[in-house]
Amino acid sequence: MLPDAFRDNSSAAALENWDPSAIVGGKRTFNETTLEIAPGKILAVCGYLKRDLQFARLSSITAVDWYPAEPRFEIVYHLHSLARSERLRLKCRLPEAAPEIDSVTGVWQGANWYEREVFDLFGVRFREHPDQRRIMMPDDWEGHPLRKDYPTHGFKYSYKDE
Amino acid sequence: MSFIHNQFDKSFLTTTVDYVFNWARESSLWPLTFGLACCAIEMITASTSRFDIARFGAEVFRPSPRQSDLMIVAGTVTLKMGPVLKRIYDQMPEPKWVISMGACSSVGGPFNTYAVLQGVDKIVPVDVYITGCPPRPENLFYGLMKLQDKIDRMTTIVRRPTEVRLEEEMLEQFKRKVMVAQTPHPA
Ligand code: SF4
Repeated sequence: MLPDAFRDNSSAAALENWDPSAIVGGKRTFNETTLEIAPGKILAVCGYLKRDLQFARLSSITAVDWYPAEPRFEIVYHLHSLARSERLRLKCRLPEAAPEIDSVTGVWQGANWYEREVFDLFGVRFREHPDQRRIMMPDDWEGHPLRKDYPTHGFKYSYKDE
Repeated sequence: MSFIHNQFDKSFLTTTVDYVFNWARESSLWPLTFGLACCAIEMITASTSRFDIARFGAEVFRPSPRQSDLMIVAGTVTLKMGPVLKRIYDQMPEPKWVISMGACSSVGGPFNTYAVLQGVDKIVPVDVYITGCPPRPENLFYGLMKLQDKIDRMTTIVRRPTEVRLEEEMLEQFKRKVMVAQTPHPA
């Protein structure tokens, strides 16, 4: 359901009109629109936004770890419509156990590396991603460093045993 | 005495091979462009007209390891960069030297984290360490002159073994230590 504050936002209203069950929440802060999308619908929603609402450009994809809250992971998409000079933020919450979401590389090619980055650092998997590999850490790395329960020091390197 | 007497005084200079070789080497060091983080900016500044590293004969920064004999490791060496750095060092022709510029490449600097190599001397032998975060260009020059002093004392014919012992599996061991505290792979 679209919160009432968004009734005057044409993009949000159009999306609500197109699929009433896609939007599960939203927020409006600093004049920025954030819509929370049902994770299962993200691919269809992105396709619709690009095709019909001219959000031609994907600014970024990133993620937030809300540990220990549940659902733990939040995937954030920043969209930009050059034609209408409008920006839109989409969010999806994913559970801690086996976080997985559809890849949007089919919609925007540029999503490829963003999704690899989120996979590398948060361990979120993207279904149908053409090249699901690590992008920042070495290929044989274990664990996902930007998770909140990953130790910052990661290790206590002892200089004694040298 | 014969005609030849005293002729050599004007045209010959007696010296040792070591002296000439060392003089040639230390007076024209060709550094490898190896800037990895903020320290690289100071290294670049050192080559500008204000500081002018050319005064010390080391202004020809080369982008290829094949053409350089000095590696100035300027910046944070991550674990992913470690093997790359080692390979580039291996590709440099002998004789070669390494300057570790700044806190990061010497001991890891402020980044005691999962991703950063705690000192480049774990993978390549370092001749001169320069302190600072970042070191000023003057500091780099001081390190460079220290290195020139060191080259001065090298011997060419009699090869003395290098004092730094290198173990090939050092990086692997280090990475294994890093892995200990990591969370298990969720796959
Ligand atoms: S020692 Fe300081 S200035 Fe140099 S690379 Fe590290 S953080 Fe940057």
